[in-house]
Amino acid sequence: MASDPARLLEAAIAGDRRALARLLTGIEGGDPAVRGILPQIFAASRGAHLVGITGPPGAGKSTLVSAMTAEYRRRGRRVGIVAVDPSSPYTGGAIMGDRIRMMEHSADRDVFVRSMASRGELGGLASATSLATAALDAAGYDPVLVETVGAGQAEVEIARLAETTVVVEVPEMGDEVQAIKAGLLEVADVLVVNKADRPRAERAARQLRAMLAGAGGRFASPPPILLTVATSGDGIAALVDAVEADRARARSPEQLRIRARNQLVRALAERAARRAAASPAWERTIDEIAERRLDPVTAAERLLGS
Amino acid sequence: MSPDTDAQATPGERTTPIRVLIAKPGLDGHDRGAKVLARGLRDEGFEVIYTGLRQTPEMIADAAEQEDVDVVGLSILSGAHMTLLPRITALIRERGMDDVLIAAGGIIPDADIGPLREAGIAEIFGPGTSIGEVARYFREHARHAR
Repeated sequence: MASDPARLLEAAIAGDRRALARLLTGIEGGDPAVRGILPQIFAASRGAHLVGITGPPGAGKSTLVSAMTAEYRRRGRRVGIVAVDPSSPYTGGAIMGDRIRMMEHSADRDVFVRSMASRGELGGLASATSLATAALDAAGYDPVLVETVGAGQAEVEIARLAETTVVVEVPEMGDEVQAIKAGLLEVADVLVVNKADRPRAERAARQLRAMLAGAGGRFASPPPILLTVATSGDGIAALVDAVEADRARARSPEQLRIRARNQLVRALAERAARRAAASPAWERTIDEIAERRLDPVTAAERLLGS
Repeated sequence: MSPDTDAQATPGERTTPIRVLIAKPGLDGHDRGAKVLARGLRDEGFEVIYTGLRQTPEMIADAAEQEDVDVVGLSILSGAHMTLLPRITALIRERGMDDVLIAAGGIIPDADIGPLREAGIAEIFGPGTSIGEVARYFREHARHAR
């Protein structure tokens, strides 16, 4: 990338959208020059509320993000959006279609939408997404909404990144057993039953409420459950109210420490993987594991020890 | 075949896929071609951002700016290309994106090709163009991987 990231950051903070876009490209591509200005990016934070929106494919995440953005705009807020779609694990290619649902905001200078492909997993999505949200924060967008790929492990990952995690379900999500399984529902700070104009939406919400009320652990105080119809805007103002109300909880000293620890663990894992990959023994170690002469855990310990 | 996820993300040496915006300017509602192309380019390893139907030139230029794409591919079948395409290239250049490759595909009469090239459309792909040809062209002419 030709331009100096420090200058791009300065211009982005001053409101230059092109500079912000190019900075995001540097972040996404793992540009080593961006590494040098990480302290400045974080120092420039204006304290944006970082909100993750997750749920299974087709639950209406993009439409919901668009409707929430309209509501935030009515409240005079500037909205940054990072929309993540999956990369093909075979070709590395991706189709990112989240902008289709966000079209109504495309002429709005106070909404910035960036599509990101998940690319690889190792040192990939999480850190780039986290840095991208920091850059949007520095550029004055608040909230910053992160829309994840459809269901899978990545959704639990978003809960580590976001301050407030919104989990989107639909009325046809399945029976009660689905609701008590570990994972997706467990990470919700706010639960949404979208497409609530469909039959049995109330019933789905009731089931979720009953399940979560009886649950211990994470759900000492169960998350609010809201019914929305993202396509019509029904329930969206209440959803934004609930998300806003969660901001204070997410900023408690205890929660700030949990997020800080998660960020540190992620950064450590990434550094360790990168350092190991630079070792002269890297390729040989891969061969040894492939030929079953070495187990991966011992291999990892050996690489880190060397 | 085992997904080669980690190879793509070998720490410290990630290569950046070419980012392409596929947009349908104007009022025609036929996006089969655009979708087939988006899918084909995905399979060729591109990151494709598809904006959907009925985009104004301003919407397309804004999307290209925010997404910082390497290539903008415009699919147009309505016959309004002489009005819309030069407006889009002008808006994209106005936003300082001098190094973005802009190409078009669709039903465009030969007589219009010269003026469109002058207006900043680098290449025009007619009916029957293979995905492979488009991919090759994008790879050869997109600004260098950053």
